[in-house]
Amino acid sequence: MMARRLFARPARIAAIAPYLWMALFFLLPFAFVVKISLSQTAIAQPPYVPVIAIAEGGWAGFKAALAQLSLDNFRLLISDNIYVLSYLRSLTVAAIATAIMLLIGYPIAYGMARLPARWQPVAMVLVIVPFWTSFLIRIYAWINILQHDGLLNKTLMALRIVREPVTWLSTDTAMYIGIVYSYLPFMILPLYASLAKLDIGLLEAAADLGCSRLKAFWLVTVPISLPGVGAGVLLCFIPIVGEFVIPDLLAGSDRLMIGQTLWLEFFTNKDWPVASATAVVLLAVLLIPLLVYQRLQQRQLGTD
Amino acid sequence: MATRSIGQLSPFNVVALTLGLAFLYLPIAILVIYSFNASRLVNVWGGWSTRWYAELMNDQAMLAAAGMSFRVAAVSATAATILGTLAALALSRGERFRGRTLFSGMLYAPLVMPEVITGLSLLLLFVAVQTERGFWTVTIAHTTLTMCFVAVVVQSRLGSIDRSLEEAAMDLGCPPAKAFLYVTLPIILPAVIAGWLLAFTLSLDDLVIASFTTGPGSSTLPIRIYSEVRLGVKPQINAICTLIVAAIAVVIVSASLIAKMSSIRGESAAPL
Repeated sequence: MMARRLFARPARIAAIAPYLWMALFFLLPFAFVVKISLSQTAIAQPPYVPVIAIAEGGWAGFKAALAQLSLDNFRLLISDNIYVLSYLRSLTVAAIATAIMLLIGYPIAYGMARLPARWQPVAMVLVIVPFWTSFLIRIYAWINILQHDGLLNKTLMALRIVREPVTWLSTDTAMYIGIVYSYLPFMILPLYASLAKLDIGLLEAAADLGCSRLKAFWLVTVPISLPGVGAGVLLCFIPIVGEFVIPDLLAGSDRLMIGQTLWLEFFTNKDWPVASATAVVLLAVLLIPLLVYQRLQQRQLGTD
Repeated sequence: MATRSIGQLSPFNVVALTLGLAFLYLPIAILVIYSFNASRLVNVWGGWSTRWYAELMNDQAMLAAAGMSFRVAAVSATAATILGTLAALALSRGERFRGRTLFSGMLYAPLVMPEVITGLSLLLLFVAVQTERGFWTVTIAHTTLTMCFVAVVVQSRLGSIDRSLEEAAMDLGCPPAKAFLYVTLPIILPAVIAGWLLAFTLSLDDLVIASFTTGPGSSTLPIRIYSEVRLGVKPQINAICTLIVAAIAVVIVSASLIAKMSSIRGESAAPL
């Protein structure tokens, strides 16, 4: 007990450097995003009219700064259909992709949990390895396969399933394949972690008491795996909403996800204030899933 | 009727596993095979050849980008490992301290935060303080992102070790810092190394955050690859991608060897 108390203080000291780092490079930058989102667009370098610094001129300066704040960018986000549609599309795509991954990932995670104990770590490594492999390369690998004279069309034509090459690239199908492919490990691992905890004795007890396999699965296995389902769903859903690379490379350019819209505003239109406002709204949309995810993560790592 | 005993591997389980793993690995395998294709047409097989690797060696822009990426990854992974390990230590060994919830929140949020938000916000910070953008801004950005992954990996290891060892050391009069260096650190070293390797590969892989935070003229490898990929599939890109996959494979194999040598006790609870 004595030692624990002794150790508590150095642990606080250990927190100082990472705490300051994250406050400076993670938290503080959001203040700048909010600030720029409230300023006016300008053709300049950097391309916005700065809001007067509060330090200049005390209370009067502060009031002047407040008066300069403009909600124009947010008005634009609401009034222009492009943005609203982008947000809706992002949420829809993320929801559909997450649902597909849950359907595919659950049987895989279940199979992993049923493997003999010495094979389970091997299966886990096999699922993790693609996560370590470059994200961009994995998407690029799919461009190879899905292009007009790519391997998929060749295979389908050889099997006489289709007569002419199918257009896969620049479609939603390609985008969903890419998203599922990239994020599947994030779904499988939390599912596996919770399914591996399932005590087989519970299933045997259910069977002894006359429960059918399907019913036992529904009444025993599913409830036990729910924390894993929650973690997997959030781990996939949140980043997919803001995804840029996959829709940009695999989906068509007629309908954009919000990450693409933000990218376009920033890099192509050089409209930093609108890009910032887009980011602020995106963060607001994701706030509740983010908070739920935080609770889950803290509980899982036992820090709360 | 031959009933399978409950909890055994069913044919359905085997099929799910096989299809799942095939789905994860086939695309990369195809990419690697086609990087050795002699034909200029990406989808026509023209026999085995290493000509695209030879051409890659003459692509100065690509080589420069690769150099930049490796330097950023090495520096940011090292900084992230130090900061991440300290953060993990504070979270799993510290009693409640002021702002602790905020601290853990800041550490977990970047794991799922859309990269466009992280990238944009860091860029606006760098512009506001008028930093010249390039190597250091990308390195700082990557350190911020990857130290959170290191913290999670190390923290789950810290949670699974026997605390009585370090307590015994301190009860015997060992100062906490020394107890950490001689008792705790050797035990968690595999997780710390795994954290560094993960941070390194994540940095090497990042496109979005690097695009926001880098300056003109200093491209990283993913930025370079991305601009080529947008123009279509090229055999040279297959070759560079294969090289990256090979480099990462070496990293993973060495990581698992390190883990095996230090024989991790208990389940490795690292979520990644």
